[in-house]
Amino acid sequence: MNGILKLGQRFYSAFFADNRYLAYLEGVKNTLIISLFAVLLGVLIGVLVAVVKYVAKENKNPLLGLLDRFCGLYVTVIRATPVYLQIFIIANLIFTARDMELYAAITCFGINSGAYVSEIIRAGIESIDRGQFEAGQSLGLSHGTIMKSIILPQAVKNILPALGNEFITLIKETAVAGAIAVTDVTKAAQYIGSRTWDVLPPLFIAAGIYLVIVLGLTRLLNIFERRLAASDHH
Amino acid sequence: MKKFWTVLMCAAMTLSMAACSSDSASAKNDDKIYVGTEAGFAPYEYMSGDQVVGVDMDIAQAIADALGKELVIKNMDFDGALNAVQQGQVDFVAAGVSVDEERQKVMDFSHNYVDSSDVVIVNASADTVKTNEDIADKIVGVQQGNIADIWMTNNYPDAQVKRYTKFVQAAEDLKNNKIDAIVMDLYPAQELVATNPELKILDEENPVFVDQYAIAVKKGNQELLDQINEVIDQLIADGKIEEFTAKHASAN
Repeated sequence: MNGILKLGQRFYSAFFADNRYLAYLEGVKNTLIISLFAVLLGVLIGVLVAVVKYVAKENKNPLLGLLDRFCGLYVTVIRATPVYLQIFIIANLIFTARDMELYAAITCFGINSGAYVSEIIRAGIESIDRGQFEAGQSLGLSHGTIMKSIILPQAVKNILPALGNEFITLIKETAVAGAIAVTDVTKAAQYIGSRTWDVLPPLFIAAGIYLVIVLGLTRLLNIFERRLAASDHH
Repeated sequence: MKKFWTVLMCAAMTLSMAACSSDSASAKNDDKIYVGTEAGFAPYEYMSGDQVVGVDMDIAQAIADALGKELVIKNMDFDGALNAVQQGQVDFVAAGVSVDEERQKVMDFSHNYVDSSDVVIVNASADTVKTNEDIADKIVGVQQGNIADIWMTNNYPDAQVKRYTKFVQAAEDLKNNKIDAIVMDLYPAQELVATNPELKILDEENPVFVDQYAIAVKKGNQELLDQINEVIDQLIADGKIEEFTAKHASAN
């Protein structure tokens, strides 16, 4: 009984005492902001890279070929280096001014996400029957119009679940932002542990917070997917 | 297609503005002053709710008040804070920074405001370390970039030094006997063992070494240094440092 009381005391101390829950709240705010803007940036980059790669397969334009090479290099480098390293490089190379930590984190995770998202989108686009593209060509449409009006809208349905997963991955990945002085949920838990000299309870509380966020998002994504799939039934 | 490119251009411009603002922002924002610290070092700096408070923060506030500027507290890792002041990310560091020759080569220090001593903490139920000198060839935990880190490297090359960003993690490892000892500042050490009865200070009367804390500024920033020194001298003369310490020590 005593053990349970002591455990309860430790968790109380890690959350309620001294208004510590406010620190977690601040962490949640930062985590969500970074994740949201990073996924938007990631999707933007991912779409560009995927489209370039897809179109470059047909079109032998040398400029496009160069762009394609560059995109390939970008994806390779990002996937070959740890994001924990990438964030230090980006923060120290580009975002050297004051109060730029959030921008640095968003950019780093956006660029990182973009590489993986581009692969997701490319797979999604390639899953669309080649015949669709050829049909567009036979109608005399330009590549851009074909992509925009025929291929991408169909690909979106395949891509969205994978993108949703990417967002969830980002939520967890933002824990790395603590390396450049962003107080996210994990960092907040560490500071509270430093305060109470009791390292584990805050860490478990942080895990619980991530759990709630991710489960909530998963639920939303499922609803969204079901709505999309509804159009498949005739 | 046009709309797509417009959106893309806007996004690109926003991001490039953010990056470019480095030049305009680093031209001193004249009504704010930035202090770097690591909030895991009670009573000098610690978290209360979601605020960073402590003796060093009271001193930082006094400095900001004397300069008529708003204080912005930047909470980060200790070695990151020392790096940040050299890069100009923060104007000064108030984080229980000890004055040291190597550091003086790359940053400037104010007048001392605290005399501190470092002690050895051990696990009360282990007996690998019985005296201060025993740490010479053991696994010793320190905070990364902290004066104890430097001191251990210089004085005990045969010891295996484990560097942590947070003292509490070192404490946890000591409780689990992953390390044999921790070398850290006396005040926070006392607090550590008070909340962790499995750990004890080896020899409180005989510290491993003594040092002084000072405020660190970017090398060559003489103007700010002079202003800070004025504030420090006044605080010491008025007995404010003791007042701050008593206030935060009793809050723990």
